[in-house]
Amino acid sequence: MLKPGDEIDGFRVTERVHAGGMAVLYRVSPPRDTGFPVIMKVPRLAPGDDAVSVVSLEVEQMMLGALRGPHVPRLVAAGDLARQPYLAMEYIEGPSLDDWLAKAPLSAPEIVRLMMPLASAVHQLHCQQFVHLDIKPSNVMYRASGEAVLVDLGLGHHAHLPDLLAEESRKAVGSAPYMAPEQVVGVRCDPRSDIFALGAVMYELATGELPFGKPASTSGLRRRLYRDPVPPRALRPEIPGWLQEIILRCLEVDARRRYATAAQLAFDLGQAEQVVITERGRRLKRQGAWTRFKRWLRAAGWEPMPCPPPTEQISTAPIVLVAVATEHDQAGQAEALQEAVKHIASMDADYRIAVVTVIRPFPLLGTSRPEESGGKLHIRHLVQLRHWAAPLGLPADRLTCHVIEGSDPAAALLKYARVNQVDQIVIGAPPVMAAPELGVSYKPLLETVASRVVLEASCTVTLVRPRLTLVAPRRVERGGIAGV
Amino acid sequence: MKLALLADLHSNLEAVEACIEHAHGEGADRFAFLGDLVGYNADPAAVVDLIRAYAKEGAIVVKGNHDAATAGELSHMAGAAADVVAWTRRQLNADQLTFLAELPPTAREGDMFFVHANAHSPERWGYIHDGWRAAVSMDAAQATYVFGGHVHTPMLYYMGADQRPQPFEPASGVPIPVPRHRRWLSIVGACGQPRDGNPAACYAVFEPDRELLTYWRVPYDYDSAARKLRAAGLPEEFARRLETGA
Repeated sequence: MLKPGDEIDGFRVTERVHAGGMAVLYRVSPPRDTGFPVIMKVPRLAPGDDAVSVVSLEVEQMMLGALRGPHVPRLVAAGDLARQPYLAMEYIEGPSLDDWLAKAPLSAPEIVRLMMPLASAVHQLHCQQFVHLDIKPSNVMYRASGEAVLVDLGLGHHAHLPDLLAEESRKAVGSAPYMAPEQVVGVRCDPRSDIFALGAVMYELATGELPFGKPASTSGLRRRLYRDPVPPRALRPEIPGWLQEIILRCLEVDARRRYATAAQLAFDLGQAEQVVITERGRRLKRQGAWTRFKRWLRAAGWEPMPCPPPTEQISTAPIVLVAVATEHDQAGQAEALQEAVKHIASMDADYRIAVVTVIRPFPLLGTSRPEESGGKLHIRHLVQLRHWAAPLGLPADRLTCHVIEGSDPAAALLKYARVNQVDQIVIGAPPVMAAPELGVSYKPLLETVASRVVLEASCTVTLVRPRLTLVAPRRVERGGIAGV
Repeated sequence: MKLALLADLHSNLEAVEACIEHAHGEGADRFAFLGDLVGYNADPAAVVDLIRAYAKEGAIVVKGNHDAATAGELSHMAGAAADVVAWTRRQLNADQLTFLAELPPTAREGDMFFVHANAHSPERWGYIHDGWRAAVSMDAAQATYVFGGHVHTPMLYYMGADQRPQPFEPASGVPIPVPRHRRWLSIVGACGQPRDGNPAACYAVFEPDRELLTYWRVPYDYDSAARKLRAAGLPEEFARRLETGA
């Protein structure tokens, strides 16, 4: 243990913050100003010891070095592993998600408020090929901005870096209450394992209980392969069906039945009213003995499937925003957009389509025309969106419709895309401005919504244009018929 | 230092030039050629001359089984490859053959060890297919870093917590931290004849000071290489291999 005043490589210890099982954390003052507070993590065992605590420190160093963005602490320095292993990194003051556990069960809106930024953060890390594999309340911190930060990356896996914790013996690594079934049998590469852990965390926040208890033995850990948790609503009937639907979907044993991406989980949390509630969301009892027995048999011979690298998994499950103009639409544009969406839906297995239109905000005191007052106008546009989407024949859990208010439609669409981590925006192209061969030529007077979306979106934007039916006037050929 | 590592060049001038050019772009200031300069493809003389020039400037070069066979030291080469060995011999002059014959089987520099196939019996040319064989080679090398080729697929073995090396398939262009307190065995992949379904040439860059190893896949003009191979009357299967990487 270090004492205040001790110094390592120029870092002076100011206080001990936390003494965990694997490592001790100290606040330190760094030799050079970093612009943010710094913490030092020192593993518990003597250097040179090839114990898990040292290896996981090495893993954490590798991950912090490879990852970017606000969702992990910034790495400041790392000690020589053979001499004095330590990691100096940004100190995230918190609060920690752990702080809310004492108050659990929490209300549904509070759970959404805490889980949405967390699911977004997990998605951002998956986009960087990283799987955390040890998500639990004490490893989740929040910045003042509301962004979630994942700490303790020492059990993580990066699809493009060697896995120092992989062993042929396939030992389960992680935290027992939150660990996914595939982790129990030693799989360390499936991004959907993190989605399972998010489900376990949500279950705990919603009920105050752990879905699988705190098993200490291997057989206890394995139980989650065949025994389903008590449905949250059986413990607390006030939990809404949509929340139970979301939680139990995350906790599916078969990773393919969970949310395909953390972005899709965040997406559903953000629009509870449109979550399709299946039997999963309604059930009040655990599965019966016969089902349990069948699941036990299946679990006994269970071999997990090879896991998809995070970005490959994400690429099969895009969130697609389709901007539909419910007013002032060009001829043929609605049909052209439908065609484009059908094409996307036919390619990707786990797509989600969000059909969005932007309307002007309503004056607070209503308008002179009562039929145009807020709620009614909103519904009128929603009905139009649903009418537009109906011919696509897409399943209800794949397509949602949203009317958003904003005086600046491009800004509203861009914000929606950013908040929901949209992978692709499909939007009608501006009218043809110059096509000399078709006899069209006029200068654009104003920047269009579509052109601004193209310039500012941080994802793929697909511009859709109806096939041009405009035919240029042709010369009258001798003996021919005049062109249309 | 930035050390570029190329193995299994196999008389593929287009691939070798593309990798060397890429390595210069990456700031490589030293080169190591890990054997099998010749065999399979149609430009043995040009490739040998190029590597001789690099060797004169201090590049590390070790001998591969195709080099040994071409120099007349090894007789048991399989079928079509043996035909190409005989053809290759006819393309090389005495100086070039002597250069191949005099290549050392291994090289050592600081904590790095270089060998074409494996460190435990370098001239028996056994393949490293799994962690167990990687461990034997790492133990024999007595070095932190062992670099080789022979297996035509890029791979990185690292000593895990249980002292059994784990295989890792590297992605192109991602720097991998390879700290010195562990031991590493790197198979850099084939420059002149990739066989993992990707026809792009393989090589790697090692930065000893930063403890970083980066594997690269470099697209090159394999159509020309295959065309020359066919024009020289060499086996069609080797031309196909360049085109498909299989």
